[in-house]
Amino acid sequence: MRETFRNSILAAAAFLSLFSLAALPAAAQATASRGPRTADGKPNLNGIWQVLTEANWDLQGHAAAAGPMIPLGAIGAMPPGQGVVEGEQIPYKPEALATKKANFANRLKLDPEVKCYLPGVPRATYMPFPFQIVQTPKFILISYEYANAARTIYMEDPGPAPVDSWMGQSVGHWEGDTLVVDVTGFNDQSWFDRAGDFHTDALHVVERYTLHGADTLMYEATIEDKNVFTRPWKISMPVYRRLEKNVQLMEFKCVEFVEELMYGQYRKKPAKQ
Amino acid sequence: MRFWIATLVGMACWAAPPPKDAKYVPPRTADGQPDIQGVWNNATITPLERPAELAGKAVFTPAEAAAYEKRFADQNNRDRRGTDATSDLAGAYNQAWFDRGSKVVPTLRTSLIIDPADGKIPYSEEGRKRMAAAAEYARVHQMDGPEDLALADRCILWGTAGPPMLPGPYNSNYQIFQAPGYVAIAIEMIHDVRIIPLDGRPHLPGSIRQWLGDSRGHWEGNTLVVDTTNFTDKSHFRGATANMHLTERFTRTDANTLTYEFTVEDPATFAKPWTASIPMAKSAGPIYEYACHEGNYAVPGILGGARAQEAAAKAGK
Repeated sequence: MRETFRNSILAAAAFLSLFSLAALPAAAQATASRGPRTADGKPNLNGIWQVLTEANWDLQGHAAAAGPMIPLGAIGAMPPGQGVVEGEQIPYKPEALATKKANFANRLKLDPEVKCYLPGVPRATYMPFPFQIVQTPKFILISYEYANAARTIYMEDPGPAPVDSWMGQSVGHWEGDTLVVDVTGFNDQSWFDRAGDFHTDALHVVERYTLHGADTLMYEATIEDKNVFTRPWKISMPVYRRLEKNVQLMEFKCVEFVEELMYGQYRKKPAKQ
Repeated sequence: MRFWIATLVGMACWAAPPPKDAKYVPPRTADGQPDIQGVWNNATITPLERPAELAGKAVFTPAEAAAYEKRFADQNNRDRRGTDATSDLAGAYNQAWFDRGSKVVPTLRTSLIIDPADGKIPYSEEGRKRMAAAAEYARVHQMDGPEDLALADRCILWGTAGPPMLPGPYNSNYQIFQAPGYVAIAIEMIHDVRIIPLDGRPHLPGSIRQWLGDSRGHWEGNTLVVDTTNFTDKSHFRGATANMHLTERFTRTDANTLTYEFTVEDPATFAKPWTASIPMAKSAGPIYEYACHEGNYAVPGILGGARAQEAAAKAGK
């Protein structure tokens, strides 16, 4: 008897919801495109995210090419990419372009990624590793799997960066549904990609994170460095939510993997038994 | 089981973190978690284990604590200039170079370990033997290659990250963030981040091992309980094996104190589980980027120096 009663309520509810669904498709669609929200009504960026681009190989469009390490064969080859730079070309000053080319020629020695150094911004975003956003009203933590890199986005401006650093100082604010992050206080050590694209400590990056539905984050970064570029330039790419069950950031503490490369020459010889 | 009873009795007798205000109720985050967010610092001069000269004394009187603090400061500020350039360069640091704090813990306990009662790590016979063997290996191979150096010198893992998270010589700073389903602890020393899921998911399979292990958390009242397993056989916290099981308890005991208590179990190393309690004090922050590996001149310096000494010895100099 109780079962029958519950079934009839369910049937009534289903009947009613047919009407409400039919009446509200536009509103429902709007909610979906606005994506999930936090308790304070902001777009909810919490989650584990990762890009699907070849930007870390070269921000500019490029055909596939052999890699710098012959023994790696196809594993080390550069996959092709259509590029993520608005207007296709990075607007280098002539002398800076020469530096970029020299960087590329010596990339095994000079690319900070080879040595497991911190990736800087925006490179951290498009490294081929996931990152996790932990969002609170005053601070947003981004934890990157690569090299256990991390940064805190201050939602209240703490004033000028106290010291230059690899990941810079990030200060965020909301423009409508877009998180805008102003990043300053960089040192001159990080690169933008494996193609030798570089900057000085005058680098200024403005990032824009906008949810597009629940599982896609549109990412833009405007890059400015008067020592290297003739004008500010922009990259953009989607970042996708990692949806695997129980997905979590794991450790990529790569220091251990570069010790032989960096310190092998100082090892006691003959090798230990 | 007996160990657990001993632990519980120990805790009841003299381990319960004494909150300054027993009625303190922490604020809540928007998703209803007790709010433990903020920048915290766990620097203290109280040692993990009770020093031999304090055997039998679990808690200082205020006068004894003040004397201990003064002795600590005087010792570290005495003239430490070396007799030659090498020792001068390596060891002439006074307190100004460190940020270990200048105070013992507010409970005035003489060790961070609160169980067992003697304030000492309860090594088993097997654990002692293994540590002695490791020490003998290290004595002979101390500077053979990078893997023979301390994890902190290699910029792989600092004691501040642990886990468990112990105060270090400087920068014992942490920032805690909470979002629905997660607590994240950003550790200043070498930018490690512990992201702790609260959704009851299982641990990673035993085949996957990590330097910081694999942490899962849940709330018991106002206490965050974090369970960590899956350690590597290379981090060996206080001699423990990869099978170490760590339970950490974070309780905000007043507005400016986060009481951090941890219990370590590893039957292959310790005769019974042991527990320590460390108060973390609210700090204004911010925490800075500590890019350790990127500026690591220690490893090539130590290894290169060792090779130069060997070459000089061989040449009969």
